[in-house]
Amino acid sequence: MTLPTLWFSLIAVLFVGYFFLEGFDYGVGMLVPWIGRTDQERRAVIATIGPVWDANEVWLITAAGALFAAFPNWYATLFSGFYLPLAVLLAALILRGVALEFRSKDDRPSWRTRWDAAIVVGSAVPPIIWGLAMGNLLHGVPIDQHMDYVGGARGLLNLYAIVGALATLALFLLHGALYLDLKAPEELSERAHRMAYRIGPWATLFYFLFIFLSYFYAHFAHKLGLDPGPIPVLAGCSMIAVRFLLPGRHRAWAFFALGLTIVLSTISVFVALYPRVMISTLNPAWSLTIWNASSNSYSLKVMTIVALTVLPLVLAYQAWTYWIFRRRVSFKDTWHY
Amino acid sequence: MTRLGLARLQFGTMTIYHFLFVPITIGTAVMLAILETRYWRTQKLEDKKILDFFGRLFLINFAVGVVTGILQEFQFGMNWSNYSRFVGDVFGAPLAVEALAAFFLESTFIGLWIFGWDRLSPRMHAWTMWLVAIGTSLSAFWILTANSFMQEPVGYRVIHHHAEMTNFFALLGNPQLWVEFPHVEIAALTTGGFFVASVSAYFLVHQASYRSWFQAPFQLGLVVAAVGSILVIVLGHEQAQHLIVAQPMKMAASEALWHTSGLHAAWSIISLFNPVTHHTWFSLPIPDMLSILAYNRLTGRVLGISALQRLYVHRYGPGYYVPPVFVTYWSFRLMIFLGFLMAALSVWGLWLIRQGTLFRHPAYLRWMSWSVLFPLIANIMGWVMTEVGRQPWIVFGLERTPDGLSPTVPIGSVAATDIGFTLLYLIMGLFEVRLMLKYIRLGPEAEESYRSPAHDHIWGPQDI
Ligand code: HDD
Ligand code: HEM
Ligand code: HEM
Repeated sequence: MTLPTLWFSLIAVLFVGYFFLEGFDYGVGMLVPWIGRTDQERRAVIATIGPVWDANEVWLITAAGALFAAFPNWYATLFSGFYLPLAVLLAALILRGVALEFRSKDDRPSWRTRWDAAIVVGSAVPPIIWGLAMGNLLHGVPIDQHMDYVGGARGLLNLYAIVGALATLALFLLHGALYLDLKAPEELSERAHRMAYRIGPWATLFYFLFIFLSYFYAHFAHKLGLDPGPIPVLAGCSMIAVRFLLPGRHRAWAFFALGLTIVLSTISVFVALYPRVMISTLNPAWSLTIWNASSNSYSLKVMTIVALTVLPLVLAYQAWTYWIFRRRVSFKDTWHY
Repeated sequence: MTRLGLARLQFGTMTIYHFLFVPITIGTAVMLAILETRYWRTQKLEDKKILDFFGRLFLINFAVGVVTGILQEFQFGMNWSNYSRFVGDVFGAPLAVEALAAFFLESTFIGLWIFGWDRLSPRMHAWTMWLVAIGTSLSAFWILTANSFMQEPVGYRVIHHHAEMTNFFALLGNPQLWVEFPHVEIAALTTGGFFVASVSAYFLVHQASYRSWFQAPFQLGLVVAAVGSILVIVLGHEQAQHLIVAQPMKMAASEALWHTSGLHAAWSIISLFNPVTHHTWFSLPIPDMLSILAYNRLTGRVLGISALQRLYVHRYGPGYYVPPVFVTYWSFRLMIFLGFLMAALSVWGLWLIRQGTLFRHPAYLRWMSWSVLFPLIANIMGWVMTEVGRQPWIVFGLERTPDGLSPTVPIGSVAATDIGFTLLYLIMGLFEVRLMLKYIRLGPEAEESYRSPAHDHIWGPQDI
């Protein structure tokens, strides 16, 4: 494997980590007022992600950092091109972070309802923006010969991208519900379980609609023909499997099946792009590829050594954290949020 | 205002804001780790309450530090895409390492620290705070590696208008880094010391019943503050000496030294000048002090702005290479004055404690309860001097600030995000200060401080 390909894969790994981990914690955030009716219940819901959400978010930060280091041109074009949506995403992340931290620090009900609203909005916006971004990345965007995005902000809103946004939103909501089913106190977990049944059909609908539309809008589709290859097919199968695992006794399976869908779908997006990283709709020759967007091989080599030594360590202690907090949250715990 | 102006305004405001919280986090994390280790040894309930109390304040600050940091990671790509293309190859690496090696560490272990009280052994729990502290300092190290490259590019070559990394170890051994990192790191520890000392001082004067509780943290904070602020002065001196070699123009600008000095260069305590006509009306000098600052000797010429301008034109081609003198001059002055003020305040306090007369000086304690503002302002002034003094370069000697701008982002978008983020930050800052004050007032015995409202029902979708 050449270095740019390796780094392309590592970026994919970071985004997979981000969507898998932070996906459900966005879902939980959106569900706070629906699963939690009283303040105690809401705090129980938030406590399920309390210890981990910040570390989950660092997957995104690391992805951005790695993008900067390994593909400076991709970093530059993507973030200056998707300027306003990105700004909205960042504002949402900021709002969500302080809301999670501040909501329980005052006991006036009005204070808490307001911050809860901020948690909901702050958790709903990121999946929408990532969905939009995904649609546009797969479709291609106007990029000029200097690698600069020239489409304006409205260019990013189109049917395909909007369906992508809805699909991501519904997928993360569902994942959040499945996570709460596992982690919330028993009373609430029942509620989350019922919620999963209600969200499920929508998630499935938008997910498959997005795949269907990809045949018309996404750039790679003509290349592939009807058969998208094993990864996306498996992603779809596992999405359907969720419905059949949901009534079963081992609810963790439904959670992991949907997790698999999220992981494989993210990988599919990266596979579909490869070897391009941003497709120009103006002239194919102006597209950014893993070669013309990457750093020189020396930096990539250095970064590879660093990543391969540090990443396993990170995975180990993050896994350990989940192990420490493996128990279901209970109303008898003392909460810190 | 131009698009360039708006983009610079945005970078400056957002980064300054981020750095209001950063030094408190870095410094207080260490203080908490010490407090927790103490508690682990003594197992006294009151030590636990003190620890929890400072922990609450720390977390309020940490939250804002984290969320403002997220924005930072994306700013380079949003407003400075040409800059990112130009240096990403070199500059991106330390940024990525920072996220990988430092942010994961601090964010994971802070989660464990907050929620792990009943799930970890006390010893392991104390370790989590030490790991958070290590994580925050590592993060400072890596981001300053990136920043040092902008001040003094090393370990690269330029090919096709693009900087490529040629030696990672040169980046790590950057002489600028090894004066900048110690200065910033110790400044942050000092800030933590003052933070703890400030809050403790408030209780020592205003809430006599807690005197015995807060004496130890006050003393701990004060020791860190005293040692720290003296070290910061020494290290700042090192920096000035390096500056005179690496970026003489920044030094000249922060001295408002229009013309090359005589053999005995004086350092002005204050001076009034017109930055346009390069005319100084009034100045209050300390003889030979600038020579000492620059060379550790009583004699030594320091190059002035006009000579350096000629030199830079010769070296870099036509252009105006003088940074905003007014801002660099005064930010440098303020930082230094505050540095000495901080050293004096903290040493005085230690002396009072030794004499056993601390409580006979309520005015001193009252001053101390505000003292955290001094390092905060000094930190910002330091950065303003460093960054504004580097202008017109974004990467010294390699790229000018206007050339780093994103070429296709519309001015309306930049203006909109300027306004939006500033408002968001203002509101967030207000809440943060209010909560901070509230939790200070509630004191260390605010039992179950995050309790639910008396009436547990809360408005939600079921009420619609
Ligand atoms: C000298 C120290 C220092 C400096 C100059 C900066 N930061 Fe910072 N940053 C920290 C020291 C720090 C920290 C102490 O590690 C923080 C502060 C509060 C916190 O939680 O971590 C942090 C948080 C923080 C986070 C959130 C991490 C998380 O989620 O845990 C990000 C993404 C950044 N920073 C990025 C940046 C960037 C891109 C900067 C440059 C423009 C920058 N910071 C300047
Ligand atoms: C956290 C402390 C920091 C503060 C308070 C700070 C402050 C500032 C200020 C005030 C400016 C504006 C200068 C001007 O426009 O005249 C600036 C510019 C800049 N700084 Fe920093 N800075 C900090 C750290 C950093 C770090 C760590 C980096 C890089 C890793 C960095 C990168 C930049 C860049 C790229 C600019 C150019 C944009 C501009 O000119 O506005 N800064 N900074
Ligand atoms: C007499 C005391 C001090 C002296 C002589 C001094 C000197 C300096 C110098 C020369 C720089 C600029 C370095 C450069 O541009 O490369 C600087 C930057 C800075 N100073 Fe100070 N300083 C002093 C006190 C302080 C204090 C008390 C604080 C805060 C508590 C502080 C915080 C900073 C920070 C955060 C920076 C910016 C980052 C950097 O470039 O290192 N300084 N200082």
